[in-house]
Amino acid sequence: MSELIFKTAHELADLLEKKEISSEELTNAQFERIEKTEKYIDAYISLNKEGALNKAREIDRKRAEGQKLSHLAGIPAAIKDNICTKGITTTCASKMLYNFVPPYNASVMDRLSDTPILGKANMDEFAMGSSTETSYFKKTKNPFDTGRIPGGSSGGSGAAVSASEAIFALGSDTGGSIRQPASLCGVVGFKPTYGLVSRYGLVAFASSLDQIGPFTKDIHDCALVLNEICGHDEHDSTSLDIPTADFTKALTGDVKGMKIGVPKEYIGEGVSDEVREKVLEAAREFEKMGAEVDECSLSMMPYSLAAYYLISSAEASSNLARYDGIRYGFRADGCTDVDEVFFKTRSEGFGDEVKRRIMLGTFVLSSGYYDAYYKKAQKVRTLIREDFNKTFEKYDVLLAPTSPCTAWKFGEKSADPLEMYAADICTVSINIAGLPAASMPFGVDKGGLPIGVQLIGKPLGDADIIRAGYALEVHAPKISPEIGGAR
Amino acid sequence: MSITKKEVEHLANLARLTLSDDEKARLTREMSNIIDFAQKLDETDYDSVKPTMHANAKTNVFREDEIKPSFKASEILQNAPQQDEGCFVVPRTVE
Amino acid sequence: MKYETVVGLEIHAELSTKTKIYCSCENSFGGSENTRCCPVCIGLPGTLPTLNKKVVEYGIKAGLAMNCEIAEYSKQDRKNYFYPDLPKAYQISQFDFPLCEHGFVIIDTENGQKKIGITRIHIEEDAGKFTHDPYRNLSRVDYNRGGVPLIEIVSEPDIRSSAEANAFLEAVRSILKCIGVSDCKMQEGSLRCDVNVSVRPEGQKEFGVRSECKNVNSFSGAVRAIDYERARQIEILESGAEVEQETRRWDDMAGKSFLLRSKEEAHDYRYFPEPDLMPMEISRGWVEEIRESLPELPHEKKARFMAEYGLPEYDSGLISVSDGFSKLLDDTVGCGAAPKEASNWILGEISKEINERCITSDDVPFGGQALAELIALINKGTISGSIAKQIVPDMFESDKSPEEIVKAKGLLQISDEGEIAKIIKEVFEANPKAIEDYKGGKTNVRGFLTGQVMRATKGKANPAVINKQLEIELGKL
Repeated sequence: MSELIFKTAHELADLLEKKEISSEELTNAQFERIEKTEKYIDAYISLNKEGALNKAREIDRKRAEGQKLSHLAGIPAAIKDNICTKGITTTCASKMLYNFVPPYNASVMDRLSDTPILGKANMDEFAMGSSTETSYFKKTKNPFDTGRIPGGSSGGSGAAVSASEAIFALGSDTGGSIRQPASLCGVVGFKPTYGLVSRYGLVAFASSLDQIGPFTKDIHDCALVLNEICGHDEHDSTSLDIPTADFTKALTGDVKGMKIGVPKEYIGEGVSDEVREKVLEAAREFEKMGAEVDECSLSMMPYSLAAYYLISSAEASSNLARYDGIRYGFRADGCTDVDEVFFKTRSEGFGDEVKRRIMLGTFVLSSGYYDAYYKKAQKVRTLIREDFNKTFEKYDVLLAPTSPCTAWKFGEKSADPLEMYAADICTVSINIAGLPAASMPFGVDKGGLPIGVQLIGKPLGDADIIRAGYALEVHAPKISPEIGGAR
Repeated sequence: MSITKKEVEHLANLARLTLSDDEKARLTREMSNIIDFAQKLDETDYDSVKPTMHANAKTNVFREDEIKPSFKASEILQNAPQQDEGCFVVPRTVE
Repeated sequence: MKYETVVGLEIHAELSTKTKIYCSCENSFGGSENTRCCPVCIGLPGTLPTLNKKVVEYGIKAGLAMNCEIAEYSKQDRKNYFYPDLPKAYQISQFDFPLCEHGFVIIDTENGQKKIGITRIHIEEDAGKFTHDPYRNLSRVDYNRGGVPLIEIVSEPDIRSSAEANAFLEAVRSILKCIGVSDCKMQEGSLRCDVNVSVRPEGQKEFGVRSECKNVNSFSGAVRAIDYERARQIEILESGAEVEQETRRWDDMAGKSFLLRSKEEAHDYRYFPEPDLMPMEISRGWVEEIRESLPELPHEKKARFMAEYGLPEYDSGLISVSDGFSKLLDDTVGCGAAPKEASNWILGEISKEINERCITSDDVPFGGQALAELIALINKGTISGSIAKQIVPDMFESDKSPEEIVKAKGLLQISDEGEIAKIIKEVFEANPKAIEDYKGGKTNVRGFLTGQVMRATKGKANPAVINKQLEIELGKL
């Protein structure tokens, strides 16, 4: 099998540009890999072989004709199945949308119009979960140990990149859904500043928290994908209207004088010793490279998880009300009137976790409880933002764990929702504050499972993260999974 | 605070969900736990705090009043579970 | 016991913007089902709303025309409920920070002018149309209307009768039409209202328990719904029972309202701030700019017609509520006609013609110049008043000027004394009996003879000349 698929996007972009390889060759190699390893991983809900190869050939033709192409043109990618792809089924890993074919493209897909789409990546149903176990279709396995979860909700995207089933992938992050699977699968995952990437066409979970971002093999690739997907979009009122930056300019390797804070609340109770040790090790590496590293405090952190679950469930209960069996997607059989269509469709179409969040969100917004729960959570949000603002007066980047633990076994945390929710403890406050953050691999635990460290930036400090991450990457051991007894 | 089975039934009705008895019992328990957990927020005083609705502080985001072509009815209806004469269709009981 | 009715109205008016409120689909009426739709207005997963600036401008304009305070901070909220015509299962509306608040509208009542308070005006989106097909045993949904911009105007409970409610609705309609934010076409459903009614014994200060009537789609329907509700509630009170707070549905065909839901079943809309749309901070500069652009409002016009033109209050009131008539009056007077003469023609023959043709006062095909010319033709003696009335329909039909019509139809007035004297002699010869009667002292046959002369000239004879010549000829007998 071609070794091409083990290369990074920046390596492949150079080869494509020099016409040493074709996109068709690369895309074919990628599908060969998928055919070989997908039976162990189950990263994809659906594959798009014909479409991807057509796109690859189109790019090759354009390149031969000398047409101007984007830097990543022709490099195939996996797309999380909650990002609308025109003409390609977009299910959100739910029975509710098992047959939904969007007649339009998400804005981010228009920006990636030169990208062959390998397929739609598995996820937790409607992005609600931290293990990809709530998918209606399949359970994605962690490439480092197929008895374990890949993290979630973008588990398919994380596993696909980790297992070399995609050169890069897009995911979405509402409370850690890019960073946590990236951490557990040993790849780079980046959640941009809220408003940097258009949400138009991303099926909404919690509108004020959702953000699309990349999964990549390294920080350089991450910068390249960010260059493609960031930018103002008039279809998204929350999209920031600012000049686009070139993130590759942050690939300097120099962190001298950079101020890095390690918030003590993130490495305290609830975080495994091995994870904590890796974070501290990363801190020491930064120090050695000339950064100023200091312990700091984010005192609102203990409140973030509760605030997150109240806000995200409230918004979700409203965002998911439109799935009523009338315009698209699943409709329950044998309905004789409108009310029956509503009740039966929604009861049969949604899984347990989605129902739980809808119920919680409905409660939080219902008359008599709004002030005590929803409004209070929005006030906590104000305090969390202020907390970060104050901290960022002193620091450029914060260093923290991404996940309090490494990948767990299937079913291990499924019994108790609160235990599952606690897995998001290190990531949710970043969404609440709308900040950028990345997870990057930084070694493994005793069992050989990847550990990720999280770099958190100030609003629009996305490039600071790239800069710090690129420098740290040099000191991170290279890890790759063995799948079916081979690389 | 704990939530009652009756409240769960009311919420399910608002959300257009039919729950089995098992689901009702489980959700009553789980939601009570989650809401208990949310009581943690009460440790702080919020009287003077203004709520934040959005993750960034943009205001006055408007679109100009300019017509763009609509989609074809066939595209609008392409995902409809049931359609008739250019419309989405819902079954109806004769009374 | 005598009862007083207390009414508050919630009026929904469709705005006449070019596009819908949250997407760029065309905002218009009619056409095939689901052809003015896009992923946004049918609520496809992943879509996001973008607010049409014109909707905000029109909302502010309506607020200013109704003497409201315009919010410095305003936001949009989601109102959550399930219905097949509501594609996202929530309506984007405004909850606690509406665009406009604390205004008023002045209405004319039997007892003079009255101020009706405006609680608030907010912007929101319309729903699609859900219709039942009893023959095919199914219901259809068309989302063309989904996302059409609306303003909801909520009045204070200041209205005390169905007649006042009607006057208020008329006043609101004339204002909205005048400022050009809504065409207010009732038959196309662009103006609808919910009616809140309660009754209380006369003299009692506290309000009674109110019911809300939905589905009122005409002004006359509002009047009937209020009268029905008043009677229903009084009957309950007289029987010793208490009125329940409830939502009712008005059935205009049946002339009755039916219980829709009780207070206990009232919807819990779970309003919360729309996370997909950012708040508005409305600059005072923008508000002043919009205020500057406001045209003269109906009540201002009425006052001016009375003060400047010396028209009676009745005429001024009727003309001022119509943009078309007001403009016609101003233009006619501007072309030199006397205001009262212009008003008489507008409220007389022209109104009659409009009614017969089933068109509106905005559709009069000629302008002030033509009407002024018509009036001048009478005053110059070129045509008589009755001839003038005859040519008004022609003015609706053709684009010829009144003078051209008069010439083309040979309707010029005959003022030649000799010619009229000749006709009078012919009339005398043809009517010997009348002449005998006159000689016998019956002087009232003069009227008959005048009529005969008019008839002989097909109305073209100048009445003053007939009068003079008749005097002379009768004197000769």
